Amino acid sequence: MGSVLEQLINGLGTGSIYALIALGYTMVYGIAKMINFAHGDIIMVGAYVLYVTVVQFKLPVIAAVAITITFCAVLGITIEKIAYKPLRKAPSLAVLITAIGMSFLLQSLALLIFNANPIAFKSIINVKTVKIGDIAVSGVTLVTLLVTLICMIALSLFISKTKAGSAMRAVSEDKAAAQLMGINVNKTISMTFAIGSALAAVAGILFVCQYQSIKPTLGALPGIKAFVAAVLGGIGSVPGAMIGGVLLGVIESISKAYISSELTDAIVFGVLVLVLLVKPSGLLGKNRIEKV
Amino acid sequence: MQNIKSNKNHSAFTKKNLFITAGIILGFFVVMLLAEGSLLNRQYKSLIVPIGIYIILAVSLNLTTGFLGELSLGHAGFMAIGAYTGALITLNLNMPEVAEFIIALIVGGSIAAIFGVLIGVPVLRLKGDYLAIVTLAFNEIIRSIINFLGITGGAMGLSKIPRYTNYVWVYAMVVLTIIIIYNLVNSRHGRAISAIRDNYVAAESIGLKVSKYKVMAFVIAAFFAGIAGVLYGHNLSVLKPADFDYNKSIEILVIVVLGGMGSIRGSIIAAAILTFLPEVLRAADDFRMLLYAVVLIAMMLFNSSGIRTRLEESGKLPKLPKLTRNKAK
Amino acid sequence: MKKSLKKILSLGLISALTVSLLAGCGQKSGSDSTEFIIGGLGPLSGEAASYGISVKQGAEIAINEINAAGGVKVGDQTLTLKLNFKDDEASGETALSAYNTLMDEGAQALLGTVTSGAGLAIGEKIAEDGILQVTPSGSAAGLTEWPNAFRLCFTDPLQGQTMARYAVEDLGLKKIAVIFNNADEYSTGVKAAFVEEVAALGGEIVAEESFEKGAVDFKTQLTKIKGTDAEIIFAPVYYGDAAFITTQAAELGMSLPYLGSDGWDGVLAQVVDPAVLEGAVFLSPFLATDENPAVQAFVKAYDEAYKAVPDQFAADGYDTVYVMKAALEKAGSTDSEALIAAMTEIQVEGLTGSVTFTAEGEPNKGAKFVQITNGEYTLVK
Repeated sequence: MGSVLEQLINGLGTGSIYALIALGYTMVYGIAKMINFAHGDIIMVGAYVLYVTVVQFKLPVIAAVAITITFCAVLGITIEKIAYKPLRKAPSLAVLITAIGMSFLLQSLALLIFNANPIAFKSIINVKTVKIGDIAVSGVTLVTLLVTLICMIALSLFISKTKAGSAMRAVSEDKAAAQLMGINVNKTISMTFAIGSALAAVAGILFVCQYQSIKPTLGALPGIKAFVAAVLGGIGSVPGAMIGGVLLGVIESISKAYISSELTDAIVFGVLVLVLLVKPSGLLGKNRIEKV
Repeated sequence: MQNIKSNKNHSAFTKKNLFITAGIILGFFVVMLLAEGSLLNRQYKSLIVPIGIYIILAVSLNLTTGFLGELSLGHAGFMAIGAYTGALITLNLNMPEVAEFIIALIVGGSIAAIFGVLIGVPVLRLKGDYLAIVTLAFNEIIRSIINFLGITGGAMGLSKIPRYTNYVWVYAMVVLTIIIIYNLVNSRHGRAISAIRDNYVAAESIGLKVSKYKVMAFVIAAFFAGIAGVLYGHNLSVLKPADFDYNKSIEILVIVVLGGMGSIRGSIIAAAILTFLPEVLRAADDFRMLLYAVVLIAMMLFNSSGIRTRLEESGKLPKLPKLTRNKAK
Repeated sequence: MKKSLKKILSLGLISALTVSLLAGCGQKSGSDSTEFIIGGLGPLSGEAASYGISVKQGAEIAINEINAAGGVKVGDQTLTLKLNFKDDEASGETALSAYNTLMDEGAQALLGTVTSGAGLAIGEKIAEDGILQVTPSGSAAGLTEWPNAFRLCFTDPLQGQTMARYAVEDLGLKKIAVIFNNADEYSTGVKAAFVEEVAALGGEIVAEESFEKGAVDFKTQLTKIKGTDAEIIFAPVYYGDAAFITTQAAELGMSLPYLGSDGWDGVLAQVVDPAVLEGAVFLSPFLATDENPAVQAFVKAYDEAYKAVPDQFAADGYDTVYVMKAALEKAGSTDSEALIAAMTEIQVEGLTGSVTFTAEGEPNKGAKFVQITNGEYTLVK
């Protein structure tokens, strides 16, 4: 019985990272209506910025974290301005391909600057492992869960309670109408990307603290998994991303432990297909009415 | 898209058909000259087969993505099924080369088509980005299962697959794919498929069997992806599950989008350019991936942000096939 | 203003592309008679880039050394060596066209491929051309089945068997847990032979856990192993994965000893706390801290050229060049058939040990076990 609990906690550890990344995905998708394939690579950028500020410039942790988040937010805005904004009226596929190109671009830049060798990085989070009976929960996992929860609540409140949040919702519903209502659509979308990328930076920081290793491709796989998590939870829904992420982590862990570690990917994606077939808009997604 | 005329004259000896036949034969001689002659060096000669394979992949994906308007990120999955089926056939049958290879092509394509039905069913329920992720999921499920099975050689994959693929086979398959898909999209069925893309509700309300056409498009696309897979396996002589992950699907999708959704000609040109490009950039070594990414983004911006339209209107650029708007939202 | 700038930028890029296309077509380089061109193939980009880069850099050191010393005496003339190394992205598809480029550019022998998968895809093509192929690090069993193909490193099955004997016979441990990458032919190849040999020697595999390429979280598999009565963990994986496995096992409070494969070389640089690796033993053909003067000279030259400590791949690349040099000298000609025939007659004292080759293309050389003690690599026997 103890081992089931242990496996659940393992799943929670990966799941909380997925959830945090999925928050950013879902946010950008919900408002800008685009799958930002480069989101996973912003995590990677965040990880490297943290490394440079902490190890090479020897800045205090708080300053390093602040710089990392700011850097990624600015990067997100810049990418949007250069690559996505000119395509706002283009077919959604064109934007998707551009985002994929952007993902390649960030990865190859990192490869050129830092080369392919992974860099070992000492966690900046020094929370002791918590032991309950026989079961140990690592401090980083607890911090990740807590941060993800805070981010989710803050994001939900921001979107539902603030003026900027309402502007975002309006842009999400109908860009043209929002513009007519006097909302600065460009500014709102920029802000969405800034917040989304800042969340990616936070995810990057927690990712390297959990796994203590940085390489140029580190964002690719978690990025895809988080995307799956966001869809599972209902893309566009903030609590859905959180639930989807945690669920995905737990399913992964349980199927690795009790079914087959070789078929895990098949099982995870199989669950996704089943959920979408039963509930096409994901667990917490709103059922969109087909507009003509 | 381009013409709805044809089809009126069913005689096989119309002027147009003669033209096409002459063109196909001429095209063959050009390819033969390139492959056998001394015009190209070995590197470029070795690209002829991959270019053909990517043309088949892109043209068939264009049927689902361009003409039906459904975003599919699982094309490499069908390709994998075809590749593995075909390879297992030629590895285990002891028949003359041509007979064996024809069986491999037909069975490989057919098994992929059967999986096309499996994936076609969720298509009836899901749209847009949700469908994209489900097709991606199918791709990964297929890859994961191939990696797990014993018969497919697991992670080691299959090796010593006979190298049957050559430019003659590839040319024949490319022509077959283009003719079938071209005729399909210009037929009643094809117009029905495009009608579903342009206006789903209207298409349904005039009595089009939407589900039938959707599944049909997926099955035909899967069939040709399977054939491309068979050619691919018998060109490389080794197959590994890792070669068919979602990145391969994205690669094919990039060709389709760059070539123009719903443009067969565009897919052909883009397949050639994008297979060629990494080879040309090879000289740039470390900067190759970076250049590829920059070129990709630049081409997308150039194509889709209105720069090209303006240039074309002012007469500075010849008009090229265009991205069609995906109106279904 | 803004828009026209963008227009110019886009046009500039397109025209740059066209120019590069045209430039690509015009390229032709032949070999002049005093040069022997060694083609190299290995991943210089992507996940496996570090292996290809190491091999390339190691080979370059050897080539510079040889050329600085006056070149290679082949028959009655003296040749200088030239390395033309291309990126194959560890993919068969890319390797095929990269290989053709090499042949266009006049390669006379092939150093490569660095990874097995790429090599299997092009082996037959190389055999058709008939040039000498020596793979520095491709370890899949089928890689040397062509008469012109040789390898410098251990095969995967041999490595698996060696490690199984070490665990069961030398260490006397019978209950073994295995964790391996099921999407990687190297990892599965070593694992399969290991599992078979352990069973043959009367040991027991108590857990066989796999993970996917790119995985970073191994806690589920490790928790499962924790629940068994395993006495040791065998992990035939690359160093990046090894770092994740050992670090996360320590987090889970596990303290089982490890056995690794040669992919573990370099693992120390990948962990934050070397204590998690304490006592781990793996097979490695090369150790940078080896006191052998040839090794130290190589480490020094490598550090001067690339500001890095060479790994086994670099040593493999270096040795492969010397193997080719020995074959050239023995054959007294640059003719491919003569070179291939000479391969079985040479003995090379390399950084990775003294090596001779069988007619099947396999190396005869001793195994070195490396143990990690106090955060350092040390030779076991």
